[in-house]
Amino acid sequence: MARYDVLIVGAGHGGAQAAIALRQNKFAGTIALLGDEPDPPYERPPLSKDYLAGEKAYARLLIRPPAFWVERDVTLLPGRRVVAVDPIQRTVATADGETIGYGEMVWAAGGTPRRLSCAGADLPGIHMVRTRADADRMRERLAGVETAVVVGGGYIGLETAAALTKLGKRVVVLEAQPRVLARVAGEALSRFFEAEHRDHGVDIRLETHIGAILGSGGVTGVQLMGGVVIPCQMVVVGIGILPAVGPLLAAGADGDNGVAVDDRCRTSLPGVYAIGDCALHANRYAEGRRIRLESVQNANDQATVAARAITGQAISYDAVPWFWSQQYDLKLQTVGLSLSHDQAVVRGDPATRSFSVVYLKNGRVVSLDCVNMARDYIHGRSLVADRMIIDPERLADPAIPLKELAEGL
Amino acid sequence: MEVIRNAGFDDLLALCGGSCSCATCHIHVDEGWLGRLPPMTSDEDELLNSSSGRNGTSRLACQVIVTDELDGLPVRIAEAE
Repeated sequence: MARYDVLIVGAGHGGAQAAIALRQNKFAGTIALLGDEPDPPYERPPLSKDYLAGEKAYARLLIRPPAFWVERDVTLLPGRRVVAVDPIQRTVATADGETIGYGEMVWAAGGTPRRLSCAGADLPGIHMVRTRADADRMRERLAGVETAVVVGGGYIGLETAAALTKLGKRVVVLEAQPRVLARVAGEALSRFFEAEHRDHGVDIRLETHIGAILGSGGVTGVQLMGGVVIPCQMVVVGIGILPAVGPLLAAGADGDNGVAVDDRCRTSLPGVYAIGDCALHANRYAEGRRIRLESVQNANDQATVAARAITGQAISYDAVPWFWSQQYDLKLQTVGLSLSHDQAVVRGDPATRSFSVVYLKNGRVVSLDCVNMARDYIHGRSLVADRMIIDPERLADPAIPLKELAEGL
Repeated sequence: MEVIRNAGFDDLLALCGGSCSCATCHIHVDEGWLGRLPPMTSDEDELLNSSSGRNGTSRLACQVIVTDELDGLPVRIAEAE
């Protein structure tokens, strides 16, 4: 049986950074980086953006070149999925029946895309956008696609809609909520992106629910509740992920929607850490509530926290959340978390396609969404980090630089 | 940025993958070469403002596309913050 001093389960952004950070912090033991995909660690964000649009080649997605892992003495174990954890013996079992031992484990397994549950949900021609293989499958079928239906108006769905539009496809976006981005942003931003997509020819339908996916050998259409049929040759489902924590919870780890971790990314199982999309943690930027945060920032920063804990240089996770999205020529940059806001201030005129939305909670700045407005993103960061109380009327005036407000001028 | 990353330097995070959306690929370039680099966009300029170690030789590596003209460019990865 192979045994590693640190076994990292999940070879995405978090897993890769955990291995890198362990070596940077002089960890001298053996490290294995296990993942269920065949590829070495690669960047996921381009999968719904320039990789899908055919503008970025696979080799450019690699987080580090293959030789890097050899040089840093990190053993890659691709194509393996952990199905059980024995926290007493400190072993994991893979789907292929392999047993692998660990001294400490970093669980960075991410999540699996939520699937549709309606009739026809298993037809060929229904796609997800989580892995390189998912994106490649979409690209292989694009030639025969005139119309694509995107289910879900979140970031994945909207970025995919933009990429497919760029490729000349007719795109219909179906969103169950009354606005797109309902889970992650305020209404002003939602309305702005709806208008942009419509201007690019995307048919956005809100408060729309799916009855069934139609077709036999492949998708031929989507039937909405109420009977309307949208003919299409491809369906892309972007309705969130389910955290991949089954084996950990079955082994007794605390958690439900994710695996619970403390401020050092420790789970309730001895020697087992969890990071990234699947880690349920108390986040200061969410009023201390326990959340899962699906972002490169969170995966990367929690990886460093876990590596520091393992190497005896513990720090607490307290990073300011940030995020970005690219749709058409629009660059969205977000800092902080808006989920709890009770006030949203629009700064600048969305019609100029360069503006920000500042979110407040009890008068304190908790987040900013900045569209083609890097300056506000940079200076808004300290407003969020310090949860500053700023007069909303001054925030709304784009002539007053946020830098001045941050400095208390 | 890709050239540095692909050469195996692990201190360059480059978290956004080169889309000029973060400031985690901050480098200092040799002064004598500054004039030969592509001009800075306002986005790059603003993002660099978030780095305390910014000076006149600062660039985001993802915005310095390496051409034959830049062969031999001396670069130092900025201190982590």
